[in-house]
Amino acid sequence: MNSQEIPGLYIHTPFCRSKCFYCDFYSVASRAEIPAWLEAVRAEMKLYKEEFPAFDSLYLGGGTPSVLEERDLAALLESILQNFAFGADPEMTMEANPESLSPEKLKTLRDFGLNRISLGVQSLEDSDLKYLGRAHSAGQALRAFEACRSAGFSNVSVDLIYGLETQSLKSWKKTLDTILELRPEHISCYQLTFEKGTALWKKKEAGRVRSIGEKMEAAFFLWTSRYLQRRGYCHYEVSNFAAGREFLCRHNRKYWRHVPYLGLGPSAHSLAVVPQPRRWWNVKSVREYCRLLGEGKAPVAGWEFLSREQFDLETFDLALRTDEGLDMAALKDYPQSQRVLAQWQKSGLVRLSEGRVRPTRRGFLVADSLAVMLAG
Amino acid sequence: MRQIRNFSIIAHIDHGKSTLADRLIQYTGVVKDRQFRDQILDNMDIERERGITIKSQTVVLPYKSRSGEIFELNLIDTPGHADFSYEVSRALASCEGVLLLIDASQGVQAQTIANLYAAMEHDLAIIPVINKIDLPSADIDSAREQIENDLGLDSDNAVLCSAKEGIGIEEVLEAIVTRVPPPTGDIEKPLSALIFDAHYDPFRGAIASCRIFDGKFGPGDIIRFMSSGAAYKVEEVGFFRLFRDPQKVLSAGSVGYVIAGIKTVSDIRIGDTMTLDSNPVSTPQPGFKDVKPVVFSSIYPISSDDYPALVDALEKYKLNDAALVYQKDSSIALGQGFRCGFLGLLHLDIVQERLEREFDQSIIMTAPSVQYQFTLNDGTDLTVENPQYYPDPVDIQQSREPYIKAVIILPERYMGVVMKLCLERRGSNPRVVYPTPGRVETTFDMPLAEVVFDFYDRLKTVTQGYGSFDYEITEYRVSDLVKLDILVNGERVDALSLIVHRERARDWGVQVCDRLKEEIPRHNFKIAIQGAIGGKIISRSTISPFRKDVIAKCYGGDISRKRKLLEKQKKGKKRMKMVGSVMIPQSAFVSVLKTKDE
Repeated sequence: MNSQEIPGLYIHTPFCRSKCFYCDFYSVASRAEIPAWLEAVRAEMKLYKEEFPAFDSLYLGGGTPSVLEERDLAALLESILQNFAFGADPEMTMEANPESLSPEKLKTLRDFGLNRISLGVQSLEDSDLKYLGRAHSAGQALRAFEACRSAGFSNVSVDLIYGLETQSLKSWKKTLDTILELRPEHISCYQLTFEKGTALWKKKEAGRVRSIGEKMEAAFFLWTSRYLQRRGYCHYEVSNFAAGREFLCRHNRKYWRHVPYLGLGPSAHSLAVVPQPRRWWNVKSVREYCRLLGEGKAPVAGWEFLSREQFDLETFDLALRTDEGLDMAALKDYPQSQRVLAQWQKSGLVRLSEGRVRPTRRGFLVADSLAVMLAG
Repeated sequence: MRQIRNFSIIAHIDHGKSTLADRLIQYTGVVKDRQFRDQILDNMDIERERGITIKSQTVVLPYKSRSGEIFELNLIDTPGHADFSYEVSRALASCEGVLLLIDASQGVQAQTIANLYAAMEHDLAIIPVINKIDLPSADIDSAREQIENDLGLDSDNAVLCSAKEGIGIEEVLEAIVTRVPPPTGDIEKPLSALIFDAHYDPFRGAIASCRIFDGKFGPGDIIRFMSSGAAYKVEEVGFFRLFRDPQKVLSAGSVGYVIAGIKTVSDIRIGDTMTLDSNPVSTPQPGFKDVKPVVFSSIYPISSDDYPALVDALEKYKLNDAALVYQKDSSIALGQGFRCGFLGLLHLDIVQERLEREFDQSIIMTAPSVQYQFTLNDGTDLTVENPQYYPDPVDIQQSREPYIKAVIILPERYMGVVMKLCLERRGSNPRVVYPTPGRVETTFDMPLAEVVFDFYDRLKTVTQGYGSFDYEITEYRVSDLVKLDILVNGERVDALSLIVHRERARDWGVQVCDRLKEEIPRHNFKIAIQGAIGGKIISRSTISPFRKDVIAKCYGGDISRKRKLLEKQKKGKKRMKMVGSVMIPQSAFVSVLKTKDE
């Protein structure tokens, strides 16, 4: 348990220009409630400033934080910096979509010390973008990337999605090659998933779209991993690549290692590890969120204490999704795991060295079942 | 004694035995209508659900006949399955007559004939009753013809009824009082009482059901069981009227119960004769035998932590089922368990279901086996019902397996498929008779091992439900037996081993590998399944691994949700047994012998 490390702060902006077909994060397409939300988030910060005085990472996620106007962004960042301390050299990221990112907004972010942009590019094929329900074109995405560089962001991450039925390995390679020419410091490559309740899921249920199947998904994954590694990126988590270890996403790694984090905004999740691991999450409604904070109450929808068993199961799963793998000391209460490990090693799913279980490329693909089998 | 009638109802399964019993009980007013429920004599949930009678029950029906006389009719209900044929025979030995029930739409079936023979052996009055005459598919004329030709009975005497609709019930009762003779016996002679059933009461211990042939006895008397020699002081005797009705005395001709501080039903042996310690009868009632199990299977707890609970459950279960025998067993793959012997497959099913349902045990049962005999080169004889103890092949001089006489009755048009099925199952020496046009009665000699698993299901399938089957074990025959081992990822799983005939070994090997391929879920690595005899691989199948199960994104809000998903998978895994690094589902162990429906 990582109680020694400094926690991270996440703020959820639940607003979007339009809902993308595949996305299951909480957001609304209307921007009318931005002022009320902003006021509520500032109130929520006050509730936690004693418990969480300092962070070394900030992540503005959503939704689409870049839909906020400059003055709202400025107001939000000002409150953050007023309520919480960020030590020397924090990582401060904002997610942005090409259609709503302007040089002015980028300048505001720079002025408040933000140093990392995570840009939702997804694909550079307009047919893919249409399939995904994105509100921008490939050209807009490329211009937005240049704008980040021009504004002085030397750490930019690009989000991509692959495994679409509109995509071939060739068109996916074309997207990747174009992105690689830009040399982003970080690339997230997400396998398309049909999350329950999303527009894309409904289309799939109705038989209008389909998945490319387990075999193709695996092929895309393995190819992508190999290709990006050859281009100098390290594949450090199932869906994440970095141009060097100094560019691993500090904030996201906290999620994967049970380092505490505070999540503010509707639907945001938080984790505390002392005295006992505890997770809580906020209501999934802007209106309800604003109402509760208006009454001075925490907008918490639910919470759980993690039992030892639950904590271990999460640890196994999260660790086996990363290239650092799992410390074998964590398995000492799971004697049956030894045979399973031997089998996986034989099957080329993991490597055992220096007291750690590290997934291979093929191991990444089955990380979830690995965790379940280890947990006995 | 002239006003007593002791009778049973016998029938092929599903011909309406329990329903007729219900109607007789209702008609004679033993229960008020509003207390009534269907299958009133079938107390167990499992009996009601499956519509079968497992445990026999007895009830006294008071009846005022058309001639104005008052009768006491003792209905001795019998289990309706070939597995319990010995219990049936003891119940019949307690009667003077039977109602032979025949479904008007299905006619005479294999068990009808087996039951008829049993009744004839006891020289009972036989009253054919044609039931379900209300059904649109009822064919009364054809049923009469079959009674004449298949059974050799006078069909003019058949009583027509519909137990379901309550038609003809009085006629059935009149036939009982006029055509079943009253019991004979001498109340002054030494006590001779036949035990035909036993059940367990948590407060009173084991309770014996008996028919008194001669003499009388009551509370305070010392009774002796003639086969075991055990003596007990009688606490209570009485009649069954759906509840126990205590009496001062039970005397010759009557049917009743005895409570005598007997601990378990295993202390009471069905078919034994009870007499008075002070004035014993010289010879017991004929027909007593020790019932021996014919089908064997091992039971293991899914989780080895549950072994003590399983020990406890089996002990409790055994209190009420003397026919189940068990002893400790252990397997490398499955850990500590028990080797159990059953009367037949239905009995095995019942034990499994009741252990799971009434005793809340999660168990794995291995594929059923019969009892094989081996003579070794050094002359020793060996009986093996557990493939684990199959002797070293080089030591075997001769091996033998039990054979049955299988009787199958079917419409002629299915003769081809049934012949094929029986020959596939090593059936031999077919004998065919045509009792009535269009119907065939065929008899095969078959190894018991070939029918213990799914033969009856297969027969039902290939004859679209029209074939009926009955069997009796006849003898042991010399047979070339080998042990088929199953290897999962190179590791022998002892609990999956089978003893099979050499010529059938390859077929079995292929089948087991194919079945396991279906039963074992895909893993994240490749699984090889092999069948082997000695060191020689004779069959194999491969379960290809799944390539991908990981979810693409995993951030703050995803972790709890994802963990819940994994917890669910983990729970599913609990119903599987880890063998090496492979998870084998509970059902796989027993289903390996099940052939696929074509």
